[in-house]
Amino acid sequence: MKKKLSLLLSILLIAAILVTGCSKSPDDPAITQDPDTPDTEETSSGTKILRTNNGSEPGSLDPALAQGTHESWVLDHTFEGLMKLDKNAKLVEGMAKEYKVSDDSLTYTFTLRDDIKWSNGDPVTAEDFEFSWKRALDPELASDYAHQLYYIKGGEAYNTGEGSVDDVAVKALDEKTLEVTLEAPTAYFLELTAFYTLYPVNKKVVEANPDWAKDAKTHVSNGPFTLTEWEHDASIKIRKNSNYYDAASVKLDGVDFTIIDDENTTWQGYEGGEYDLLLPLPQAVVAQMKANDNPELVIGGEVATYYYNLNSKVKPFNNPKIRKALSMTIDRQTIVDKITQGGQIAAEGVVSFGMKDENGKEYRDGVGQLITYNVEEGKKLFEEGLKEEGMTAADFSNFSILYNTSEAHKKIAQAVQEMWRTNLGIEIQLENVDFQVKLDREKAGDYHISRAGWIGDYMDPMTFVELWLSSSSFNDAKYNNPEYDKLVLTARSTADQKVRFDAMREAEKMVMEDMPIIPLYFYTQPFAQKPYVTGVYKPLVNYPKLTYADINK
Amino acid sequence: MKKYLLKRLIMSVITLWAITTITFFLMHAIPGNPFAKEGKMPKVVYENLQKKYGLDKPLSQQYVIYLKNLLKGNFGESMKSRVETVNDMIRRGFPVSAQLGLQALLVALIFGPTLGALAALYQNKLPDYISMIIAILGISVPSFIMGTLFIQFIARNVSWIPIGGWGTWKHTALPSLALAMMPLAQMARLMRSSMLEVLGQDYIKTAKSKGITKPAVIIKHAVRNAILPVISILGTTISNLLVGSFVIEKIFGIPGLGMFFVKSINNRDYTLIMGTTIFYAIILIVMLLFVDIMYMFIDPRIKLTKEGR
Repeated sequence: MKKKLSLLLSILLIAAILVTGCSKSPDDPAITQDPDTPDTEETSSGTKILRTNNGSEPGSLDPALAQGTHESWVLDHTFEGLMKLDKNAKLVEGMAKEYKVSDDSLTYTFTLRDDIKWSNGDPVTAEDFEFSWKRALDPELASDYAHQLYYIKGGEAYNTGEGSVDDVAVKALDEKTLEVTLEAPTAYFLELTAFYTLYPVNKKVVEANPDWAKDAKTHVSNGPFTLTEWEHDASIKIRKNSNYYDAASVKLDGVDFTIIDDENTTWQGYEGGEYDLLLPLPQAVVAQMKANDNPELVIGGEVATYYYNLNSKVKPFNNPKIRKALSMTIDRQTIVDKITQGGQIAAEGVVSFGMKDENGKEYRDGVGQLITYNVEEGKKLFEEGLKEEGMTAADFSNFSILYNTSEAHKKIAQAVQEMWRTNLGIEIQLENVDFQVKLDREKAGDYHISRAGWIGDYMDPMTFVELWLSSSSFNDAKYNNPEYDKLVLTARSTADQKVRFDAMREAEKMVMEDMPIIPLYFYTQPFAQKPYVTGVYKPLVNYPKLTYADINK
Repeated sequence: MKKYLLKRLIMSVITLWAITTITFFLMHAIPGNPFAKEGKMPKVVYENLQKKYGLDKPLSQQYVIYLKNLLKGNFGESMKSRVETVNDMIRRGFPVSAQLGLQALLVALIFGPTLGALAALYQNKLPDYISMIIAILGISVPSFIMGTLFIQFIARNVSWIPIGGWGTWKHTALPSLALAMMPLAQMARLMRSSMLEVLGQDYIKTAKSKGITKPAVIIKHAVRNAILPVISILGTTISNLLVGSFVIEKIFGIPGLGMFFVKSINNRDYTLIMGTTIFYAIILIVMLLFVDIMYMFIDPRIKLTKEGR
């Protein structure tokens, strides 16, 4: 018996040692030199590799299938569209050498550069662009972001299965000339060509191997860097692309991304010198760095607004006076100063800062402050509203603020709850649910007040203003104002910049007058960067651009 | 023995089928959808996606299709990743989690019963107190705190230990230790109480009175009988350790299987939810069987051929 026992235990032990030992041995320091140490030393002396973290595993590194920053941060450095952002964050020609716009602002003719090549040596052609855009619109491919190509004539029809691919108005006239016709004048179309869904893919490569984007070995791109390694859920490495036409301005030899989604762990790593640049940062860290004026903290701008939806189908939120009163009695400055603490800006409307108007000036300056903090006025409106609806302040204890479970959202909701309690004497409830459940209930109209946020897709106020069209799929407040719709449609269909911006300014004022949503603040994107890193900037609609970065150790 | 194994096998298949069915329908019953997100995705794009993954079909039909694929060993395509199938993800994540788990098991198996036995032998003396403080800490301090503390006080100060990530054996040291704490503590406590019980038994007294030396009594008689409860929790412990821990994997940035359990549910990645659940069920069933067989070897009182088990 005792033999059996010791036999069993030793089998278990041996099995454990074998399994663990097998994977250990190649890296055992006794056998080989530790691969980590020389690597880091090499980084500091010779090659310049920037080390950072990409918060989560990309769902795909095929530009047509990308959905968010965890994909686009890598894509923005490995691909390049017709236009691009240069060193100074200015929109300039990328793959295109020049472009012409027809008098009716509908037809764009791009001429490609002569010396552009894919990372495998193939020339980048106009045909690649035509192929890529039609591919992204293909309903079979089911791209999440296909609507970024709906501006092209016939694009929406093809994607919705009502039209044919031949009617999509993008055409390679010859190897270097691409002609695109739009549905309606779109002032920000040039900027969209720098957006990832519109990046080209190599037609030959994609047709020969549909799985090309799944492996670093077969991945082909046309940007400043190429993908050289992709360990799922662990790391991504990109290296300088020697075939890139502007390789001379790229100082880095590459970027190493780890894939770790715990902000606290990566922050410890940054402090321990394992990263040169890092985002996102834990909220408490940002607050502390700000308080200490830590020079490594950079508060990057962002085109995004944090707001509360008010369900206009539920009494008394159908009453504009009530909605305005609720908005007026929130002290937004306190929320950004004391709670979010990341340099966020108290909202002044729905459109965040950073957009340019028809004269190239800050859009917000042309609209001004549309949100006031006025407790007295708020109380008065609230009383009037209650009387009109035949309700009392006590009825509000039946209503709740719905938010997706997160410490940050909770703190804000608690602050708003307290402000309303003090200023209006109402007891609103808080309710947190899983993100998916929140989406479901918003779509079904099963909520009173719900937290929401919107990050702009492109640099034009339209990216916000169009959200509250009565037909918009993201209009969870169920705002329905024909006048508003008319203004947005006017802005969408005109090529006259003055008319367009006037309509958008008018629309924003209107939506803030009716207050179907309560904007709280404009987001920022704080990041940390070591003092020896230079040349990084944060485009408003993207993660930091590393293309022109340098490491000066 | 053969008959018993056959019976267990049939039971396992039925259990697996029940788990699959219940999970499938429960999962579809919770609100949310893999393709819903905060945004202005046009309805058609959404429908294209539904069609691509067969979600436009009636649920019963989806269920039949799923079972058919499952019989072929195909867990399907992940609804969030356009790069890997669910089989790929399990194939990639499991070895990572299993390596960590086995290392943790080794640590727990060596130190857990040892501490427990020491505590029992020196009841109410210093070794007992030390062991039980370790055990209480291991059980009551949640792993996310343990992991964070390890990073803060060990990884930050010891230069050769990386803070997170995966690659070399060094990356596994801290997470294995953090993962081992809970089972180690459980085993220590179980071992202590059963050892105390055994030490009070008549046959130990008999052995002692026969003049057998103390170490021999402890090793030959006491430990062997006292370890049975520890073995009985081994089945669930091993399977839990093998499939990974979400918390530990998240904190240390480890590309293991544990992450998929939580992420798949947050994302409503239906195929991945099913894949991970079924995979975990299989491991659990196999391990429980393994423990039952092991019992037979160690405890002659248990005969598997008899009725009652």
